[in-house]
Amino acid sequence: MTLLPRDIILFFVVFGLIAATGFFQSWNVALGIVNMGLISAIMALGVNMQWGYAGLFNIGVMGFVALGGLGAVLVAMPPVNEAWAAGGLRVIAALLLGIATVIAAHQAMRRLPKGRTKVFVVLAILIVGFFIYRAVLDPATAAIEKVNPAATGYLGGLGLPVLFSWPVGALFAAGAAWLIGKTALGLRSDYLAIATLGIAEIVIAMMKNEDWLSRGVKNVIGIPRPVPYEIDLQNDPFFVARMTSWGFDPVTASSITVKLAYSGLFIIVLIILLWLSQAALASPWGRMMRAIRDNEDAAEAMGKDVTARHLQIFILGSAVCGLAGAMMATLDGQLTPGTYQPLRFTFLIWVMVIVGGSGNNFGSVLGGFLIWYLWVMVEPFGLTFIQFITSGMADGYWLKAHLLESAAHMRLLTMGLILLLVLRFSPRGLIPER
Amino acid sequence: MIDLLNAIVALANFVIVPAIVYGSQLALGALGVTLIYGILRFSNFAHGDTMAFGAMVTILATWGLQSLGINLGVFPTALLALPIGIAGTALLVLATDRLVYKFYREQKAAPVILVIVSMGVMFIMNGLVRFIIGPDDQRFADGARFIITARDFKEKTGLSEGLAIKSTAALTVVVAIIVVILLFWFLNKTRTGKSMRAFSDNEDLALLSGINPERVVMITWIIVAALATTAGVLYGLDKSFKPFTYFSLLLPIFASAIVGGLGNPLGAIAGGFVIAFSEVTVTYAFKKVAGYLLPEAWEPDSLVQLLSTDYKFAVSFAILVIVLLFKPTGLFQGKSI
Repeated sequence: MTLLPRDIILFFVVFGLIAATGFFQSWNVALGIVNMGLISAIMALGVNMQWGYAGLFNIGVMGFVALGGLGAVLVAMPPVNEAWAAGGLRVIAALLLGIATVIAAHQAMRRLPKGRTKVFVVLAILIVGFFIYRAVLDPATAAIEKVNPAATGYLGGLGLPVLFSWPVGALFAAGAAWLIGKTALGLRSDYLAIATLGIAEIVIAMMKNEDWLSRGVKNVIGIPRPVPYEIDLQNDPFFVARMTSWGFDPVTASSITVKLAYSGLFIIVLIILLWLSQAALASPWGRMMRAIRDNEDAAEAMGKDVTARHLQIFILGSAVCGLAGAMMATLDGQLTPGTYQPLRFTFLIWVMVIVGGSGNNFGSVLGGFLIWYLWVMVEPFGLTFIQFITSGMADGYWLKAHLLESAAHMRLLTMGLILLLVLRFSPRGLIPER
Repeated sequence: MIDLLNAIVALANFVIVPAIVYGSQLALGALGVTLIYGILRFSNFAHGDTMAFGAMVTILATWGLQSLGINLGVFPTALLALPIGIAGTALLVLATDRLVYKFYREQKAAPVILVIVSMGVMFIMNGLVRFIIGPDDQRFADGARFIITARDFKEKTGLSEGLAIKSTAALTVVVAIIVVILLFWFLNKTRTGKSMRAFSDNEDLALLSGINPERVVMITWIIVAALATTAGVLYGLDKSFKPFTYFSLLLPIFASAIVGGLGNPLGAIAGGFVIAFSEVTVTYAFKKVAGYLLPEAWEPDSLVQLLSTDYKFAVSFAILVIVLLFKPTGLFQGKSI
């Protein structure tokens, strides 16, 4: 499980591409690509654990990423005391009632003898519980959302440093994964896929809709940063003097410094995760996982608990995606539920894993960087390409205007094409599993 | 008594009619998914975007016809453009099959690989649609807007509740019924249809009895293109055309097909209506209906809405999970590969 010279060359090529953007365009853009590339690499690592190690088909990545982002808000934003006074305890009571209802229904389902009574009792518990839950919750949320709706209108978070939110985001995603895994992992692969797709949509619907929790489509902005603000750096005479003496423009230098600080944090996380994943894959546990993936029946016959192992890896992989989600919300400094789209946050991550090489952690990292680079750069490249094609056409010709206008949609086409080409001609990816 | 009638009319107007229309659209979509699953043996994630592509070709043809001054009077012009849309989509999916899917079929690749391949196709189709027509809303419905407007209904019946039936709604149901009858006639009565069912039931036996698999696959794709285009156009006429909406239809469509039993056409139709009725019922605010039915003292203050409409996906999903937990192969006997 080590890197071959060929793999190292591939890494150098990708970083060379990004560096070229830095030289020819701007280092700000290049570092932006690096930072999102790091986050994408972590998401791809998470998906690779599920798909590459264990063969689980999870297309609900978006939901776990969004839950991680929610974690960042709930940990790092300052609490809104008036909102807590208005209905905080009532919301908690409602949530506890909701959980109690589900547990009661689950217990009834397990304890009662089979038959009509059981169905009736379970349904009754669920329906009555739901109405009680709504009766307790609705007035509280209405009161909370009335508290200064333009600026807050939600409960806020705990006001802790944002770095704490990273493990919390991972925990949120892990919790959701546990729930899904418990219900859906026994299903066939296609059904699991649809189930995860559904869960992801529900998570997004919840975040858009439950204003008391996440401000919904009003977005949470200004999540505190773990790194200094550009404006503070620019006002810091020491920083300005140092940068001017090195011959940099202080404004550009400040934004690059901030981006570099983020990169540093993300690289630490990526290296730790990569080391852990590599160690896990090389351990007996990793061999067992691959054995289960390659032949479930044989592994089961050898006494391996396939369902439990699947649940385990599903939770681990989702937690990694949640971690990446929290990191992304930290980088953006905001949570905008409206921007979570399956093409971008689920299927693009899948392209990264497949192109990089499923089953190989380094492949996922490479795929994360490469595909993110392309995702960003295809738009300007596409525009240049279209300008070249249409250069022969007269200005004002409808086709030329239309083509130029549509150039922005080239990226979806390109991603699909890359995925299909890799699947066809190099199905094991750029850095195959060894 | 009048209150009861009013309640029924309100329920029909806001729940039953929309659910039947939406259910027909889902059923047509789910039929396409289920046919691919039965014959080509994979879950086609590009189906939502195939619908979008079909609708797009139809819209372009509709605009062409409209600019030539051709229309169908009270019917939407899109009906006339539908065959063009179907032909365009059929060409696209046949080309996709030849260029992409055929290779994996010959390799006898695992179904999950084909699913990932269909993800790539989904990206390309999605990009194509956005590239050609743009990501924005397009309205292309013309002809009569309503069969009965709420006001006419109130005047004629003297009730205080109105029942409005959009012409697109009626059209959706009628076209869906015709398409389903044609499909079942084809599958059950014609030689080709029978060979398709044989192929779906047992591939090896079908091959032994001399059925040409490539022909079956080709006809399946053409039928799927027709179903997807019809579903896409009906949905676009009834609501509006926006590429992203079609992508997000994927979840309710798959939920319908799975709830009914993947690979079973009858199940796909039943599943479509189960999903549509539950989505609409659970997200409808029953205040009005309850207001008519309950004595005044009991009248509710709240909207009596179980879940906000944004949670309609949650409903599809919940139904899906419940059915799978109790009947793992769906309501009707589906197949599993």
